Amino acid sequence: MKLLLKIWRQKDASDKGQMVDYPIDGVEEDMSFLEMLDVLNESLINKGEEPVVFDHDCREGICGMCSLQINGEPHGPDRKVTTCQLHMRMFNDGDTITIEPFRANAFPVVKDLMVDRSAFDRIQHAGGYISVNTSGNTIDANAIPVNKDNADDAFNAATCIGCGACVAACKNASAMLFTSAKVSQYALLPQGKVEAVDRVKAMVAQMDAEGFGNCTNTGACEIECPKGISLENIARMNREYLSASVLG
Amino acid sequence: MALDSKIPKGPLADKWTNHKNKINLVNPANKRNIDIIVVGTGLAGGSAAASLAELGYNVKTFCYQDSPRRAHSIAAQGGINAAKNYQGDGDSNYRLFYDTIKGGDYRSREANVHRLAEVSGNIIDQCVAQGVPFAREYGGLLDNRSFGGVLVSRTFYAKGQTGQQLLLGAYSAMNRQINRGKIQAYNRHEMLDLVKVNGKARGIIARNLITGEIERHAAHAVVLATGGYGNVFYLSTNAMGSNVMAAWRAHRRGAYFANPCYTQIHPTCIPVSGDHQSKLTLMSESLRNDGRIWVPKKKEDAIAIREGKLKPTQLAEEDRDYYLERRYPAFGNLVPRDVASRAAKERCDAGFGVNKTGEAVYLDFAAAIQRYGKEKALTSGISNPSAEKILELGEAVIENKYGNLFQMYEKIVDENPYKTPMMIYPAVHYTMGGLWVDYNLQTTIPGCYAAGEANFSDHGANRLGASALMQGLADGYFVLPYTIGDYLSNDIRTGKISTETPEFDEAEKEVKERIGKLLNAGGKYSVDYFHKKLGKIMWNKCGMSRNEADLKEAIEEIAALRKEFWQNVNVPGTADSLNTELEKAGRVADFLELGELFAKDALNRNESCGGHFREESVEQSGEQKGEALRDDENFMYAAAWEYKGEPKEAILHKEELVYENIEVKTRSYK
Amino acid sequence: MGGIIQSSIVRKVAMALSGLFLVFFLLQHFSINLASVFSEDAFNAASHFMGTNPVVQFILQPILIFGVVFHFVMGFVLEARNRGARLVKYAQYNGAANASWMSRNMIFSGLAVLAFLGLHFYDFWIPEMVHKYVKFAPEDATRYYAETVEKFHSPVRTILYVISFVFLALHLLHGFASSFQSVGVNNKYSTNIQKFAKAFAVVIPVGFIFIALFHHFNH
Repeated sequence: MKLLLKIWRQKDASDKGQMVDYPIDGVEEDMSFLEMLDVLNESLINKGEEPVVFDHDCREGICGMCSLQINGEPHGPDRKVTTCQLHMRMFNDGDTITIEPFRANAFPVVKDLMVDRSAFDRIQHAGGYISVNTSGNTIDANAIPVNKDNADDAFNAATCIGCGACVAACKNASAMLFTSAKVSQYALLPQGKVEAVDRVKAMVAQMDAEGFGNCTNTGACEIECPKGISLENIARMNREYLSASVLG
Repeated sequence: MALDSKIPKGPLADKWTNHKNKINLVNPANKRNIDIIVVGTGLAGGSAAASLAELGYNVKTFCYQDSPRRAHSIAAQGGINAAKNYQGDGDSNYRLFYDTIKGGDYRSREANVHRLAEVSGNIIDQCVAQGVPFAREYGGLLDNRSFGGVLVSRTFYAKGQTGQQLLLGAYSAMNRQINRGKIQAYNRHEMLDLVKVNGKARGIIARNLITGEIERHAAHAVVLATGGYGNVFYLSTNAMGSNVMAAWRAHRRGAYFANPCYTQIHPTCIPVSGDHQSKLTLMSESLRNDGRIWVPKKKEDAIAIREGKLKPTQLAEEDRDYYLERRYPAFGNLVPRDVASRAAKERCDAGFGVNKTGEAVYLDFAAAIQRYGKEKALTSGISNPSAEKILELGEAVIENKYGNLFQMYEKIVDENPYKTPMMIYPAVHYTMGGLWVDYNLQTTIPGCYAAGEANFSDHGANRLGASALMQGLADGYFVLPYTIGDYLSNDIRTGKISTETPEFDEAEKEVKERIGKLLNAGGKYSVDYFHKKLGKIMWNKCGMSRNEADLKEAIEEIAALRKEFWQNVNVPGTADSLNTELEKAGRVADFLELGELFAKDALNRNESCGGHFREESVEQSGEQKGEALRDDENFMYAAAWEYKGEPKEAILHKEELVYENIEVKTRSYK
Repeated sequence: MGGIIQSSIVRKVAMALSGLFLVFFLLQHFSINLASVFSEDAFNAASHFMGTNPVVQFILQPILIFGVVFHFVMGFVLEARNRGARLVKYAQYNGAANASWMSRNMIFSGLAVLAFLGLHFYDFWIPEMVHKYVKFAPEDATRYYAETVEKFHSPVRTILYVISFVFLALHLLHGFASSFQSVGVNNKYSTNIQKFAKAFAVVIPVGFIFIALFHHFNH
């Protein structure tokens, strides 16, 4: 199929940037979205131009490296997939596709479609761990039974890949879904309860310091999340934070 | 130099304990004055960095991704082995040791593997304490599943995302140390060279991938945990960025590279769909627990299916060839990966492949859905369930077990695997070869360590499923923190290592020259063009089955391709800015050297063992006819190659493998 | 207070709690208004009680005013901060793909309701205040019904009234249900809570509209 790509090009962080049109032909249905961009880049290189820079790595939807706002939605129009798993069969011959970087003040553009998501790392540094040393001299793994529902909920929260689609989708560029997923994983497990009060306060404080917006419960994050992380996590974080603020 | 594996004396089961008791320690006050560089932040690197920082060393980590959490360990699906024997099915450290040695086709080091089995249980304790949400049973205790090549259930898992959960666990341990200021994380940085001072590894040259700046980083020891080199095949299940550069640069500086030809071709991947394909997607081996692998019995049915005239679900049971169950009745669909892969290739080469390229076999869940459906109906107290009810219940059980994998398959292939069998085909997945290390995980360069997939140590010629995660974490959490201290105990008076030395000057100069050469080649082909060509040579001539003529051709062709690459590659952009093509060019340049050594090693090893199958070496008669034939008399060694300029000049050093605690047998899964 | 109100979550909870308080007030206001449809006397009695009871006048009324002012000031602050969190806008932003119109336009529905409050104050509250506390006019416990009904003679005012309540419904459709999520209620009862909140968001404004139209066409 034949497509018109409108792609954000920006030389570096200080450049102003602009949308540039790229017509492309010979795109196949079975291609992934990134393979389509590979084809475009190959042709740009052969013309002596610089290829479009975008983040990607595992190309199987788990590393969280790929991003892209495609036609106004993070990871494009398909649901529960990352951009690398988005296939061209979702589009039609003759379509115009707008491709932009994830936008938020907290995610500054590095180059073209690549953004800096280190704010997420800093939120994790602030408290995204259980303070256990790595000597292996802990208690036996089966010494503390964990209610299966809680274990499953913790797992579901922990499947967050940290891609930033929640921030990109949110009209307020809020990072509540990401932060709450991590807070929830630990809050639901007996091992994580010990530090729960300090953790939620530290992580929320860091989230606010990074300049993300406030949550207004639009629910866009949950819909666009490639891993389907639930809004329940945000409610849980609100509860955790309130009780931590009152009690702790 | 003779290879010294430094295996401790004494009975096998006591070696590690005795060794730990005897090695030198660094006191806490001195650890504060010692710097360690960890390159790569996957399971091995992440866990090593966290543990070393926790002990008190100053750690710098390097990864090319934008966050340590994105290392490709994250993509491991199925699980992690540990000899916990929670299921009471007769598991033990010895049995895990035995299975791993046997699975590796008697080409791994006994002492290392036994140590791996010994610490395996601790890994699970550690991860649970860190908040890794493993799958649990209703009673709240940990659940297990079984994996290929073994007869017990010892695999711990978190749905199909075990690697993700374990990596996030290691990353959380790193976060704690970053927050304490003990780890400085250099993300979006790539190691371009290893710096040796007085014969010891004392630092690295790295490129800041955002600014293009070439940086010098000094340390008392360097740990390379940079994963495997499967991307030498261009198409593999590795991440797009996975590369051999760090290991290869160390090799060029004097670290021996062992068994490069040992590659694991994973049997259950999604088949290639076309020329545009950029990578292959793995479907966890755990699927073989419940899926049955088959192709049509009659060639005309296979042709009809390829042409879209026949659907697999229309084929009667007696017209299907469940070839693994037929050939290997004892292990059936759960034979080790190399055996399953070759069997698939054999059927497809014989003309029974089932997708339009003829390179795919079926993995069918219909029987499992029926079985689980009936079981579930019984336990839910539904008497006389309808066929639809059974199907519904069965699909729910399967979804609960493999939901994310099925979803992934459907997104890629656009077919519903609950209703029609999956199509799978083998793909390059893991490389057992890597930097040669001794028992302490030290390479032949003092102070340079290799951990995880980057080293060659524990899996021999074939890795069992769910053992990579185990090895990565064992190396990082429980082995390196001890053994590296032994080495560093001699460095407590060394003081800070300076980067303002002739050695750093020289290394930086070489790195910059190489970058200049890549940028100024002024050729007309993109980096991917060369990478794809290399991949084709590797897959066709060094793939699932190898022979002398092909390998000799491969060596010549790769050398010629490498020459052309340096003259004719087109790398746009500049050195002092973010330049993804330049990054790729550096990686492919090293693959072009490694590829040749790979073929040379495969040519040298004139036997079939594990993932390495030589057509010249098969059983000629008896029950095992046609199966791989090992040659223990001539090849029971690890081949460690010393760099001497061109790969064809590399010198072979042999580490003879001694089996004192295990009887070396033909690996039979019949 | 200054420290804790800096936290995004506390702000969000404060927004939800003030909103819930206003929802409660709305219900109370609605029940008195509804009385005007059935009984002039009941309406007059209730209005007189509300207008003269010192607890209502000097304790509840200031709290209510504080609640209203807090809710919209905080609404503006949050909106400004949220807009500021993404200074470079998307060329294409498909908000409709993943969130309701109501949830994305709370500021506009809120502004419409605020404008209506202005009209409402002009119509009722300011005259009341002037009547009671400026002119110190003599109490007449039967004046309320006639005064109210009189306002709905004008078709323009009635239309404005109707439009405003449509906006209030839109505001409540997101706001009421969402306030439970904000204060951390998301559990097995949530589906029913959501249903109730959505029903409330429609029924009460429609009720107000009905009362306005009832008086417009009956007098």
